[in-house]
Amino acid sequence: MSCEPWQCAEISATKKANAIQKPEVAVALIKKAKRPILIVGSNAAERCIEDKPLIDFLIDLANASKVQVVATAHMVGEFLKRGYQPAGFMSAMDIGNRLVDPDWQGIDGKGPHDLALFVALPYYMEALILTGLMHFAPDLKTMSLDNMYHPHASWSFPNMTLEEWAKNFKVMTSKFEGEQ
Amino acid sequence: MKTNTGLIKNFEISVGKIVDDSWTEPMGPTPMPTMSTLRDWDMKLLNRYKPFYMPDCDLCCLCTFGKCDLTGGKRGACGIDMASQSSRIVLLACCIGAATHTAHTRHMLHYLVEKYGSRYPLDIGGLNIKVEAPITRLVCGIKPETLGDLEEVLDYAEKEITQCLAAAHTGQEGNNLDFESKAFHVGMIDHIGMEIGDIAQVSTLGFPKAEPEAPLAAMGIGTVDTTKPVIMAIGHNVIPSVGIIDYMKDNDLAEKLEVVGLCCTAHDITRYFNRGRIIGPISWQLRFIRGGFADVVVLDEQCVRTDAFDEARRVHAPVIAASEKNCMGFKNRTNDPVDEIVADLVSGKAPGVLILDPEKVGEVAVKVARQVAPIRKKFKNLPELEEIKKQSKTCTHCNMCQRSCPQDLKIPKAIKAAAEGSMTELNDLYESCIGCGRCEEACPVKLSIHSFIMKAGEKQMMEEKNFCRVGRGAVQDVEIRNVGSPIVLGEIPGILAVVGCSNYPKGGKDVYDICREFANRRYIVVTSGCAAMTAGSYKNAEGKTLYEEFPGEFAAGGVLNVGSCVANSHIAGAAIKVANIFAKRPLRGNYEEIADYIYNRVGAVGLAWGAYSQKAAAIAAGFWRLGVPVLVGPHGAKYRRMLLGREDKKEDWEVYDARTGDKVNVGPVPEHLFQTVETKEEAMVTIAKLCLRPNDTWKGRSIKLSHYVDLHKRLYGILPQDLHLFVRTMADVPPTLKDEFTKILEEKDWKETVIPDPTLLPRMIRKMKE
Repeated sequence: MSCEPWQCAEISATKKANAIQKPEVAVALIKKAKRPILIVGSNAAERCIEDKPLIDFLIDLANASKVQVVATAHMVGEFLKRGYQPAGFMSAMDIGNRLVDPDWQGIDGKGPHDLALFVALPYYMEALILTGLMHFAPDLKTMSLDNMYHPHASWSFPNMTLEEWAKNFKVMTSKFEGEQ
Repeated sequence: MKTNTGLIKNFEISVGKIVDDSWTEPMGPTPMPTMSTLRDWDMKLLNRYKPFYMPDCDLCCLCTFGKCDLTGGKRGACGIDMASQSSRIVLLACCIGAATHTAHTRHMLHYLVEKYGSRYPLDIGGLNIKVEAPITRLVCGIKPETLGDLEEVLDYAEKEITQCLAAAHTGQEGNNLDFESKAFHVGMIDHIGMEIGDIAQVSTLGFPKAEPEAPLAAMGIGTVDTTKPVIMAIGHNVIPSVGIIDYMKDNDLAEKLEVVGLCCTAHDITRYFNRGRIIGPISWQLRFIRGGFADVVVLDEQCVRTDAFDEARRVHAPVIAASEKNCMGFKNRTNDPVDEIVADLVSGKAPGVLILDPEKVGEVAVKVARQVAPIRKKFKNLPELEEIKKQSKTCTHCNMCQRSCPQDLKIPKAIKAAAEGSMTELNDLYESCIGCGRCEEACPVKLSIHSFIMKAGEKQMMEEKNFCRVGRGAVQDVEIRNVGSPIVLGEIPGILAVVGCSNYPKGGKDVYDICREFANRRYIVVTSGCAAMTAGSYKNAEGKTLYEEFPGEFAAGGVLNVGSCVANSHIAGAAIKVANIFAKRPLRGNYEEIADYIYNRVGAVGLAWGAYSQKAAAIAAGFWRLGVPVLVGPHGAKYRRMLLGREDKKEDWEVYDARTGDKVNVGPVPEHLFQTVETKEEAMVTIAKLCLRPNDTWKGRSIKLSHYVDLHKRLYGILPQDLHLFVRTMADVPPTLKDEFTKILEEKDWKETVIPDPTLLPRMIRKMKE
């Protein structure tokens, strides 16, 4: 699995995301966070893994982990269609802008988030939001759950095949379910 | 000088300019503002719409102290921090954009003054237009009447661009909001540069003069008669193309050749010549050159691929560079005899030449095209399907094509299918491909991937036969009078300006869909530039393009193309004219009051779905200062800075009621000043929301909310959750949605408020409360 930016020119400069080589590591990091949040972009309904829309994997993960979901773009409707109620929905820029505000009390008003998980935004948009958070949200850690390495995150999965990606989601979901 | 009283030796009188102040409107407070004059106004906006920075680079590399690492709150060797550095990059982009439009205008104006004289009268709409240059009047306090008058305005613009650029030097400005204010300033100057450019060319070249029923121009590769010699012009400065067309007309060749254009030059060719053709937006460049359709390629300025010459050489098409800004490394043949230049281009002895005389460009291009066309083999420049299959088998499956593609297109899968004999997957990429060619640059086995995609999509490409309404230029004063009231009161739900370039995330159909949606909803839809072309590139169920389906008036349900990039000034001009002509607000040197009026009352939104350039950044900055929000498509995130309001911060949304001086909370309207949206669906919902203004009457607010709710429910599958922020009295609630609103208003503990006479400017308060 490669830890080069998926889009070649999206190089990092002085910092580079720590690679998550095993899904168990991601689970441990999410569990360690006090106020994680999962931000799901517009590719969630378009991309399929093993003939199943990505969003279905994400709903399974959200249900198992109890991490609150913020849907960007028009994704809220896709969640609702599947019977899942996200904690909130807003534009990707809005959630990025709120996460750099240390006074923002989170999507539920119960306090600032300390870990933001990103998945399924257009690669370049996600990269830019991650770099904004890297520079202007010093108390926030970020993680990409995409199958494309994101150097501007704090932690990112490497570039990987769809099969590996599916396996990772299943392992993560089962690890969280096992705790329940 | 000798008089009755004596003799004065060595006495000279020089008359620089006679000031004709027949314009009786008194001068306002800020004529010819410098970059700090309107700073207070900028700060009012910037404190409401705070920048959200997304730095593309962790470093500053602009001086030799660097590179400096600005991560983790560190400052560079000069003391700059990342917020300031990010805004400095924004300023630089806007300076480049403003300089580009203004330099284009200067070049064109210089030529037009030489040709027509400085006393040539301006006429951009005859009796239908009294306010000929609303931006120039507003910013400079000048009412230009002749071509010569425009030069003074450009002198001012050039000075201000230089000042703003200087502020970006190391060790000058150090505060991020001041950088942003300067970006606003240079954006405003950009609008002046554009306005001067378009009114100069409209006045002199016989372009449509504010004509709602400007004719339809044929558009698309399929409309070009390739049995005739084809001259293709790329860029933005129409003057060399005018030289070509004039030569054709003067020599009875108007029907004998095809003159086609790409990018904004195409718009202006069709404004000048009724047989001109638009090929398409900037992203069609590689397609058309590489497809071998052009017998001669003429390059002027802006948005020209810098490898256009290499591409043209591949298909044996001679190239003429016609701009000092883009010499392409060619020998300057401006002073050589025409026949020698023609002979060298036809024989291939000189595959490209630089000619800086537009008339000579015309004669050379026509003569070369006529001689070259019979000997060039058209349509044989794309690989055959068997060749694609064979070459695709050499693919190493490294994925570098996809990883280099801005759209992340699944090229490896398509190449694999091609190797197995199926071209379907390659054909599927045709619509989304933006024609950048990065896939080929990255390919280790040098597959001509873009050519493969073109060949697979060849049928579709040759069937591109559409219409674009010829750029009409300005909006008539009478049109403004007709719509001023319904716009300001909110009964026309909004003005949507769909502008900019063609760096679309998933092809151009999104642009068409958005325009059509809002035209059907009786918004006023204005288009320009490449977006105007894309809007006309798709058809409805009856086979009609957008410009055939909707009228070209500035009226509810109209879809009007103002023209090329520089014609964007007419969109800002229309907003300014609403304040001046409809509301009778004084215009002359009175920027702040007019911007305050537009911000609070005119529900206009710009959408640059495929914006890519620094010029687009400058255009957007000019709209921000006027208080008009701008949306960009997902690639627009790469402008690296958004200006976002916070609907959850109630304290941010207070205005003065000009009637009483009371502070009134009007809610987050408009919510953002500059925002990236991710999908077409999100764009539509956001457009409807950003058309809300504090001044909306209850009836207007009700209409606007009904569109917002309807789009939100249809595209998001849920009622908006922020409705309580936009309802001031129950009369604002659309009657058919009363139950749904009531439920939300109760849940959110909504309280009724007043509809103020809104302003951000204390000096506009008419009577302070005792």
